[in-house]
Amino acid sequence: MEHQQHRLIFKHIDEPGYTNDIDCYIKHGGYEQLKKAVTMKPEDICAEVLESGVRGRGGAGFPAGMKWKFLDRKSGKPIYLVCNCDESEPGTFKDREIVHQDPHQLIEGMMCSAFAIQAKLAFIYIRGEFFQGYKILERAIEEAREKNLLGDNILGSGYSCDIIVHRGAGAYICGEETGLIESIEGNRANPRIKPPYFPAALGLYQCPTIVNNVETLCDVKHIIEMGGKGFSEIGTPGNTGTRIWCVSGHVQKPGYYEFPCSAVTLGELIYDVCGGLKPGRKLKAVIPGGSSAKILRADERFTGKLKDGTEFDWGIEDIPMDFDSLMAVGSMSGSGGVIVMDDTTDMVEALANINYFYAHESCGQCTPCREGVPWMRKVTQRMVDGNAREEDADLLKNIADQIAGRTICAFGEAASWPVQSFIAKFKDEFVEKAREQAARRKDGKEAATETTLI
Amino acid sequence: MDLQSETIEKIDKLVPRYPTMKSAALPLCHLVQEDQGYLSKEAMVWIADRLDLQPINIMELVTFYPMLRTEPTGRHHIRVCRTLPCALAGAYQTCKKLEEAFNCKVGHTSADGEVTLEYVECHADCGKAPVVMVGEDEYTNITPESAEEFATKLKNGAL
Repeated sequence: MEHQQHRLIFKHIDEPGYTNDIDCYIKHGGYEQLKKAVTMKPEDICAEVLESGVRGRGGAGFPAGMKWKFLDRKSGKPIYLVCNCDESEPGTFKDREIVHQDPHQLIEGMMCSAFAIQAKLAFIYIRGEFFQGYKILERAIEEAREKNLLGDNILGSGYSCDIIVHRGAGAYICGEETGLIESIEGNRANPRIKPPYFPAALGLYQCPTIVNNVETLCDVKHIIEMGGKGFSEIGTPGNTGTRIWCVSGHVQKPGYYEFPCSAVTLGELIYDVCGGLKPGRKLKAVIPGGSSAKILRADERFTGKLKDGTEFDWGIEDIPMDFDSLMAVGSMSGSGGVIVMDDTTDMVEALANINYFYAHESCGQCTPCREGVPWMRKVTQRMVDGNAREEDADLLKNIADQIAGRTICAFGEAASWPVQSFIAKFKDEFVEKAREQAARRKDGKEAATETTLI
Repeated sequence: MDLQSETIEKIDKLVPRYPTMKSAALPLCHLVQEDQGYLSKEAMVWIADRLDLQPINIMELVTFYPMLRTEPTGRHHIRVCRTLPCALAGAYQTCKKLEEAFNCKVGHTSADGEVTLEYVECHADCGKAPVVMVGEDEYTNITPESAEEFATKLKNGAL
């Protein structure tokens, strides 16, 4: 069955002849929404964004309009807008394309948002590895400045706002909004505790700050174009707009695919859109929302009730790709990074790989995370090195259980969820690994076998 | 400190744009590192002075952010992503091929100073895994099968 993509954010991505300069953007109707925005009342734009129901595309899925509503406008302090372009959740690669191929869409979305919240200054926090992306954004901002689309007295509206592109330097934790703020302030990116440090009240330089993902800010442009109500009609109630699913791993055609929320199921995405698995392979597991999301086992049955009360009974292929459905099956849509694994995947190795990542990226601020995550890495490394013990699965779960919920930021959960879910769903493989190694040892062979994922 | 006049110009332009001097610390680390190849003790002290900070304020950044280096790299700085989506596409085997081709263990610089080979974490291009960066340029779909050819091209300056 053919599934037609509905490209809103990615409308011009990979379009032949479409270039990332301002002339091309304007030729395709660019900056019309900013022209419209500056004639509107800022609070009306905020109301449209709230009505649109757009939820944050960075991972948490919190309604962006609500986030804006929390903004402390009475403090008398300057307001800042920050675009989170740190894109560091493993499996996610959408923001990169927006920055490289359509940077002006982001700038227009940002300036509309900045005007709506009456920001004094805006930042794009771009991950350090995007060397080209940084240069492209710098150039795009200069182009926009020349046309008075940012800077002083934008389009004669009396409103002024500039954008500073701030480069990160390889730390995953900078994707956490308060860590990101610390990083812009020139510090180590140690996240802040909430409360009291909700960015909307006490953010950058202790001023009210809104931090939004690249895709979310691009959505704002389209919300102005079609109205909050129009935008909310894409997708389903509570899961509005489109989402860009980034599919990687063991599929024939990995890549980015944009659909309205709920328009495709996980099965359709894997088998119809991405061309299925390699010949002869069977689906084993899927991580549906970036490596922090809980893993789904291919032969699981998911039953329960959705938010609106409808009962569901799904196999993995039936899960609609949206925020609420993925949450209902115990995982999350996160940042849209779908990592597919077929039956050749060794789950102990896969978890060892993930644990290596989180151990490398813990900021070291909270004891459970600083000590616990490297401990989990050590255990899974030992397991793949030939010294697995039958009790390791329980040990891993025990450590993870003591990290989640006991840290300042959500990194504790991000590092624990993979461990908890791998053990909950593939414990047999962890135990089997230990038995297999013991048997090899008994046969006088080396216990470790060659690994592919770590 | 012997910085190129172009770097000084960039620094002088950048610092006043920020609401506080300290915010320019990370960008200055980048600029000085790009100029010098790495951040020496002298460089860190220089950045601190430039921003009215203490050297520790810069050192704590350099020891926190993985991209900031205190040692120079080889002529080619090769970064191989090893995170799960790249690993599923064979990144570890790709890296092994590169180790052989350059006679250089991952995490080290080759004896002739030609390459520094490193594992890094996700570069956000997982749809074209495995991803390898050389300096500031990104190369995609560097599979174990194509790694050798990739290495040869890099050696011959044909990338």
